[in-house]
This record gives sequence, C-alpha cells and structure tokens, in this order.
Amino acid sequence: MNWNDHLPALLLMIPLFGAFAAPLVCLLGKTMRNVLLVGLSFVTLLVALLLWKSVLAGGIAVYVMGGESFNLTLPSGMALPIRIIMEVDAFSAFMVVCGSIASFAGALFSTNYMEKFTGLGRFVSLYFLLTLGMLGMMITGDFFNFFIFIEIASIASFGLVAFWRDRPEAIEASLKYTLVSQVGSMIFLIAAGALYGKYNALNIAAIGSLLQFGVMEKIALVFIIGTLAMKCGSFPMHMWLPDAYAEAPSGVSCLLVAVSQASLYGLMRVCFSLYGVNLGGSFIPWMIISMGLASMFFGVTMAVVQHEIKRLIGYHSVSQVGYMLLGLGVGLLVLTDAHGMAEYGFTAMKGGIFHIFNYTMYKGLLFLAAGAIYYATGKRDLNEMGGLARRMPFTTAMFVIAAAAISGLPPFNGFVSKLLIYESVFAVHPALTVVALLTSVLTLASFVKVFQTAFLGPEKSVFTGVREVPSGMLFGMGVLTLAVLGATLFPSWTLSNLVEPAAKALVDQAGYIGAVMGGGL
Amino acid sequence: MIGNAPFFVVGLLFLGGLTAIFIEKNLIKIAIAIGIISSAVNLFLVALGYRAGGTAPIHFLAGERTVMVLPTPQAMTLTAIVISLATTAFLLSLIMLVYRHYGTLDVDEIRRLRG
Amino acid sequence: MNPLSVVVRTGCDLFAWFMVVFGVNVLVHGYMTPGGGFQGGAIIATFTAFLLVAYGGRKLLGWANEKIFDLFEEVGLLAFFFLAFMGFPVTFFYNYLVKPLAAGGVVPPAGTTALMSIAVGLEVSGALSMVILTMYRGIRMFETAPMEEEIGHDR
Repeated sequence: MNWNDHLPALLLMIPLFGAFAAPLVCLLGKTMRNVLLVGLSFVTLLVALLLWKSVLAGGIAVYVMGGESFNLTLPSGMALPIRIIMEVDAFSAFMVVCGSIASFAGALFSTNYMEKFTGLGRFVSLYFLLTLGMLGMMITGDFFNFFIFIEIASIASFGLVAFWRDRPEAIEASLKYTLVSQVGSMIFLIAAGALYGKYNALNIAAIGSLLQFGVMEKIALVFIIGTLAMKCGSFPMHMWLPDAYAEAPSGVSCLLVAVSQASLYGLMRVCFSLYGVNLGGSFIPWMIISMGLASMFFGVTMAVVQHEIKRLIGYHSVSQVGYMLLGLGVGLLVLTDAHGMAEYGFTAMKGGIFHIFNYTMYKGLLFLAAGAIYYATGKRDLNEMGGLARRMPFTTAMFVIAAAAISGLPPFNGFVSKLLIYESVFAVHPALTVVALLTSVLTLASFVKVFQTAFLGPEKSVFTGVREVPSGMLFGMGVLTLAVLGATLFPSWTLSNLVEPAAKALVDQAGYIGAVMGGGL
Repeated sequence: MIGNAPFFVVGLLFLGGLTAIFIEKNLIKIAIAIGIISSAVNLFLVALGYRAGGTAPIHFLAGERTVMVLPTPQAMTLTAIVISLATTAFLLSLIMLVYRHYGTLDVDEIRRLRG
Repeated sequence: MNPLSVVVRTGCDLFAWFMVVFGVNVLVHGYMTPGGGFQGGAIIATFTAFLLVAYGGRKLLGWANEKIFDLFEEVGLLAFFFLAFMGFPVTFFYNYLVKPLAAGGVVPPAGTTALMSIAVGLEVSGALSMVILTMYRGIRMFETAPMEEEIGHDR
C-alpha cells in the first residue's frame, strides 16, 4: 500500500488516537503527557505538510472512509456517491497547514503554561478533539459530516473555554458561546436536511453538480451563511468571540483562532464550490462584503477602548476576519465575470487567502504572548503593567513582530496581504479601501498603546521578581514567529506556492465536483 | 397538505424554542428551549426520510414489502440526538457552576463580561 | 439526594439489573436493528441512574469506583479506534471481517460493525455513568465547603 494515498485518513486518525489515548497516557506521568501532546501535534503537522505537497503535485485527493479502495467514490451502478468522502483540494490543504501549525504551537506552549493546573488528562483529550474537529471541517467533502466536525470542535472548545472552572468569567463566556453556537448548529442542520431532502445527497460535490437555484436553496444558503459567519465571528454575531478567546487558556486561544478559520473555510466552500456559478446575482457577495466591512470597523473601534490584553486581541480578531470576508467576497462578486476576475477578483482572493495564513500565525502569536505576560506577571489589566521589556526580552521581541505584522507595517507579511486587498477592492468601490485603511490605522494605534503600556515605561516595583517564561512557551511562540518571518522574507514564494494554488482551487468549481463525481461520467 | 403537517409542527416547535430563548430569563428554561429546538430539528430529519407506506430499512426484517423509508436521515437523527445529549449535559453542568459562582440564574444579572 | 422508601429500593433491587440485560441485548444486535452502541450504552447507564435515585448519591459514591467507569470508557474508545485502524491496508474503517451474503446463514455476519457497536456501547455506558456521577457531585458541592481552587492561577 502507498501511505501517500492514505494521508487524509492519517490526518484525522492521529489526533483521534491522541484524544482517545490521553487519559491513559496521562496516568504515566507528566513527561509522557507532554510527549504525547507535543509529539502527536508535531506528527499531525508533518502529515499536513505531506498532504499539502501531494495535493500540489497530484491534484485533488479523494478518500473514501471504509471503501473497498481509497478513491472508489462511485461504486458501480450508483449515480450518487456513497459513504463518507474526504476531499482535499489545494485550498483545504492550505487551511490544514495553517491549522496544524497553530495546533502544534499551542501544544508546545501549553506544556509549560498548563502544568500548574489539575485535570490535564482531560485537557489533552479535549485539545486533540478540538484539533480533530478543526482538521475534519477543513478536509471533509460531506455536508452532514461537516456538521459533525463543527459539533466536535464546538463541544471541545466549550469545555476548553470553561477549563478554569473556578473563574466566574470563564464559565460565563463558555455559557454564552454554548448558547449561541448550539442554536447556530441546529440551524445549519436544518439547512443540511433541506438540501438532502431536495437532492437525496449529502456530498458537497454531488449536490453542487445537481444544484438548481430556487427558493429552498436560497433559504438553505442564508441559514448556512448565518451559522458559519457566526462561528467565524463576523460582525452582527460576534459578541461571544472576545469573551471566549479572552477566557480560554492561551494555548487554546491560539487554536481557537484556527478553528474560526475553519468555519470561514466552510463558508467559502459553500459559496464557491457548492453554489458557485449558481449563486444567483450579486446579493450574497455584497452581503458578505458588507458583513466584512462592518466587522472590520466595529471590531477595531471596540478594540481601541479595551484595557485587558486578551480581550483587546479578541476584538481585533473580529476586525481581521472582516479583511478575509472582504477579499473573498469581492472574489465571489466577480465569479461569473471573467474580465473582472482576471483584472482584480483573483488578486482580492489571493489577498484574502494570504490573509488567512497571516492572521492565523500572528493572531496566535499575539495570544501566546499575552498568555506569557499573564503567566509571568499574573495580571490581566493593561493599566497595572509597565516596563516588562527589560524582564522579558524574548516575549517582547516576538510581541513586536506580531504587532507590526497585524498592523500592516511595510516589511511584514500583514502588509503584503492587506496591500493585495486594498488595491483590488479599490476597483469595486473606493469606499471599501477607505474603510480597510482606516481599520489598519486604528489597529496600529491600539497596538502601539498595548506595546507602550505593557512593555515600555518605568519598571513597576511589583515586577522586580518577574522572569522570562519557560522554554516550552518560548518555543511555542518561536514556531509562529518563524512562520510570520518566513512569510515576511519570502512573500513571492509564499504567494506562488501556498496561496495561488489555493485561490485557483477555490475558483475551480468543476474540478472540485469532478474529483468526486468522476470526469468520465 | 396533510403530508406536510409534520413540517408545520417542526416550524412551530422551532419558533417556539427560539422565542423562548429570547424572552426567558431563567437559564434552565433557556436550556429547555434549546432542547426543544433540537427536537424540532430531529423531527424535521425523520419526517424528511419518510416514504408513504414504507417499512423499516432493515434488509432482513423488512418482510414482503419492498418500499423502505430512507435510512440516512435516521442515522443523521441518531447522531444529532447524541450531540444534543452531550451539549445538554454540558449546558446543565455549566448552569450549575454559574449558580455556584453568581448565586442566581437570571441572565440579566450574569454580566461580568461586558464592553 | 436522599434515599427513597423501601418499596422503591426493593423494586430497584429486583428490576434494575434487567436494564443491563436489556441494554446488552440492544447493544449486541446493533448491526441488524435500529439499536446499537449508543442506545444500548445509554440503557445500561440507566442502571446507575436507578441506583442514584433509589439509594441516594452518598451511598452510590461509596459503592461505585469512578476508575471503573473511566476504564470502560478507555477500553471502548481504544477498541473502536483499533477496529477502525485494522482496516488500514485497504482504507480506514474498512470492514475487513465481513463475509459475502451467500456464506452467511440466517443472520449475515456484520464484520466489524457488530464489534464496533460493542465498543461504542462500553464507551457510552461508562461515559454516561460518569456524567451522572459527576453531575451529582456537582450538586453536592453546594452543600459542602468551597470548591477546590486552582493554584497558580493568573486571576
């Protein structure tokens, strides 16, 4: 057998094994637990990279769970695909790479960060379940299966957000998230059921090949977009996001960022690959664009007034998601217009997709750095901090890199992706660029404030005992710093190898459908 | 028309649950409302797979009849039931902890995170 | 929760075991009936719920060792994973034990599906019993002294 064909299954199998084995392994002691957490996360990252490589070389990878052979999507005599099918195109592979880097960094960080607390067997188990749910959402080709993975990720993240169960705020944040997310997933399930009732299929590619745009499809589309926009923290439904991100342990916040990107992936997959050219007019693209603009603006204005670091960064998540919605929404707007697509649409999509990578890396890094500050000082409020730069030089350096990248300062990767978005959405309407630029300026202002209050200024007397954080946490942050710097130093390599195939795969609806339904039909 | 009756029930249940979530103040009642919504969705899925005169979709127990109801929505419903069970148990545990920390179940008084 | 009257306790003594028998019956026929691992496991876990209601939680916590339920859960999960993994030369979750219909007899062999039902049943019965016990302990935490605080918190 060729392991290369089985990579999609391995990608899900390894976190699954980690989640199942964690309570047993944790009986063997602290070292074994850390080895399990970090080792399996690293193996997942390796598998993700291999999968990405094989998808770039060999095209869309299809995997049939439990089939007689791994790519037997249509057994003889069947008009529709049966069994659960994983489908990995370049966009999924790109998302999988982002997600598993975040998962690995969070795992490394958590080894030292969580060691003082009890119940770590459950923590490791839930962490792997969250990784599994995220990766599953990114590679599944089946609608109902997508719902299952959303729920796996949601339930694991409810538990992880409320992990410090003696903090009232954590319980409140988790409760809020649970209520909002549970109603959302039920609405998603109704949409999946409606599509199943109409087309007798649950496979995304199969529905996509049969889809006729009618009333039922419109209702289903609105339900799906509403749910997934809520899960990725876009404007009108964003209130759970800063709470959940701020109250989760920091290593988990880093992974939660990647999980929200998986929801964004689902949104884009439904818009581009399921509906695609059948999307019927420009209403949905404009809705996505305006959601993006509103999230950008309101997220950043809420962020400026915060004085708790992780909450502030959480509100910036809302505003950064807006950039991706803007870029991909513009791509969706010109999906049927070949001229506009070549002129600016494709650039906007490249910008949006590159921003997903950048955002996952630097936002994860910011959360980890904020966690390192909590760990070292035990303080959450910015007003009580000051002069930490002398005591924590490495954390400071990495925080500066992340803050510069998120504010879009020129040499950094955030600048590249934001520039791609600015110059392309300008062609649609100049006002879009104005809002995006304003957001960027306010982002810079708010991070200058954080950096100045926390790290600069005179040293406070309570911080004389503060030390640099342990090496595991530094390595965790270092992984993400490397990713940010890599994308900063080699933007053209990243664009042409990582981003462009992903953008092409997202536009290519026929290819996505053909990989499952068979070109030879 | 009568064939569509289950879907009307689904709509009523769903709207009832959604309304209850918005107007009720007690967290336990909100948890019950979420349970109602889950039941509505499960009913929707089961009603979707029914074929008139169909029998259980088990090859060996079906008997003489050849018309079977669709098994996929039933599998989906079972999965959804499992998920909603897990979430309900989790939600009730959280509510227990909320009561422990805040001493109240009124949603208006549980407001430490704001702004 | 306080113990209920002697009538209820005697009724529980007599009939609670039948829930386990019935649950196992549902569980082992999972591959050819609408039952299966989750349903059977849930029925088995009602045994714990019966004991909790009839005898009160204090006594139940004295009887039941939570490690046992943990063990059930772990064995079930790992067996499930192992069964799925063994299909690997073909695909993950491949049913490598299944036989063609002609070789079957009255009930065709279901291969790994039946074994997976049993594994899931073990897991669910353990997990739901754990949920019941943990939630009961959560209620008890209101009566006793403050809950255990985490040390080294950033709060």
